[in-house]
Amino acid sequence: MVPLLLGITVICFFVMHLAPGKPTDLQTQMNPKSSAEMKARLLSMYELDKPISVQYLSWLKKLARGDLGISFSSDHRPVSDKILERLPITIVINFLSLLIIIVVAVPIGVLSAVHQDSLFDKVMSVFVFVGFAVPTFWLALLMMILFGVQWGWLPISGLRSLNYEYLSTWEQMIDLARHLILPVFISAFGGLAGLSRYMRANMLEVIRQDYILTARAKGLSERQVIYKHALRNALLPAITILGLSIPGLIGGSVIFETIFAIPGMGQLFYMSVMARDYPTVMGILLIGAVLTLVGNLIADVSYAVADPRIRIS
Amino acid sequence: MGFWEMFYKNKLTLAGSGIVVLLFVVSILAPVISPYDPGAIDLQNVLAPPSAGHWFGTDQLGRDVMSRMIWGARISLKVGFVATGLAIFIGMILGAVAGFYGGWIDALIMRFVDIMLCFPTFFLILAVIAFLEPSIWNIMIVIGLTGWMGVTRLVRADFISLRERDFVRAARAIGASDARIIFLHILPNALASILVAATLGIAGAILTESALSFLGIGVQPPTPSWGNILTAGKDNIDIAWWLSLYPGLAILITVVGYNLLGEGIRDASDPRLKR
Repeated sequence: MVPLLLGITVICFFVMHLAPGKPTDLQTQMNPKSSAEMKARLLSMYELDKPISVQYLSWLKKLARGDLGISFSSDHRPVSDKILERLPITIVINFLSLLIIIVVAVPIGVLSAVHQDSLFDKVMSVFVFVGFAVPTFWLALLMMILFGVQWGWLPISGLRSLNYEYLSTWEQMIDLARHLILPVFISAFGGLAGLSRYMRANMLEVIRQDYILTARAKGLSERQVIYKHALRNALLPAITILGLSIPGLIGGSVIFETIFAIPGMGQLFYMSVMARDYPTVMGILLIGAVLTLVGNLIADVSYAVADPRIRIS
Repeated sequence: MGFWEMFYKNKLTLAGSGIVVLLFVVSILAPVISPYDPGAIDLQNVLAPPSAGHWFGTDQLGRDVMSRMIWGARISLKVGFVATGLAIFIGMILGAVAGFYGGWIDALIMRFVDIMLCFPTFFLILAVIAFLEPSIWNIMIVIGLTGWMGVTRLVRADFISLRERDFVRAARAIGASDARIIFLHILPNALASILVAATLGIAGAILTESALSFLGIGVQPPTPSWGNILTAGKDNIDIAWWLSLYPGLAILITVVGYNLLGEGIRDASDPRLKR
């Protein structure tokens, strides 16, 4: 865990120094008003006049205090503040997506496996195959055209309607939910294909095991065999897959938050990349990696909790 | 059943190869078959819906969408192959070294893989692009540099299972150098899984490039790419559905093609599936 965390900071630091010339050049060259004094201030602010090992250590020290630097954008706010105020939205959407992925993909995978080669199984395997290949941003566009422009059922931009302030609390919640439907669906879509395919393969594997034969032999109903004995064992490895899907979800938030104009961390990342707001880009890159690490840790721990064969020693 | 028999038997695999071959043909013949000059602006004919003259309609500058998509196929092909080639090259070398030598070299390389896998790939790509000029070459290199981890794991696993085999011992006994054993004796046995990873990797690279171009940080206009035609689709979402529909379909079909081909090669080369 700790070596991984250190490694992440090293890679981030390396990416930071990837730019040709001094990274602050980007800021000063883009700004015709920048003076020599401002350049010097920026240089000393990032300690770019010192050796690289010193730079890394002092950057790490600041990081340990939660200091990610000051944004290059015109508001000059601390990067950590900018990220923190947008992080909850991104986490909520990703969490909802994960929930939907589990609730939808697990039954699909199980039913496909139990009724192998049935019509349902075939339709679902086509769906899964196409799901792997669909560019999610294109799907988002099609959904926007269909549900937003053609039928006018759902809002396609932002999190709140213009009249949000004048709605009752209940109406506000409905409004928020309506704004969230398309983004959450798009964000969940990719993971849906992955997990249901994985669940199917897992379930097929489990059904062939001896203990399923034993369960059948001692006269348990098919329902009990499948949902009690097989499903539990097939679900276990799925936890790992969910953990592995977290970086994809977080990375995808850039795309859907930009398309649907959702003020989350992904949109901030995109805007920062476009504006070359370099401290913010680094901050979000770091947070994204740490979130992934935490997600994987949670997956590992819950695996150990769920599977009595694994004991943390 | 041999490899080719297995390959031919599967209709889906054949369909996949058909799509891939078609894409090659379209890319190579782009100057011949594209009905219009992909850059020809026609302001009299802006955002025209699909018609006999323009099968897929025209974009916000009156350019023929079909011609731009045909030329966009070239970009996809180029990005897919170069980016994946780079990823496979890095992954092959690191995986071979890690699997062959084991010990601390293996531990070091695999730790590096773990660290790289912590980064949401799309974040990493965007961050790097933020510091470089978005150009097609930079995109290809960055996609390649962030996509080698899976290949490394794959090749390493193959090397670990192969390095103690008799043919490797025999090669060592007659005094073959490490490099010779790695590249001439072990690597050819791992080629099937590398080929599968490469085919699926091309699909992934094409998806990533289109997403980047869609966001405006990939292939830059006026060079046509499927992703940046879709950007125009988003800008004109309430009037020009054809700008959104067709390029996305092209990406979908292409990715399906490479995925089918990849899975076909996997099934055909998997000895457990042979009867």
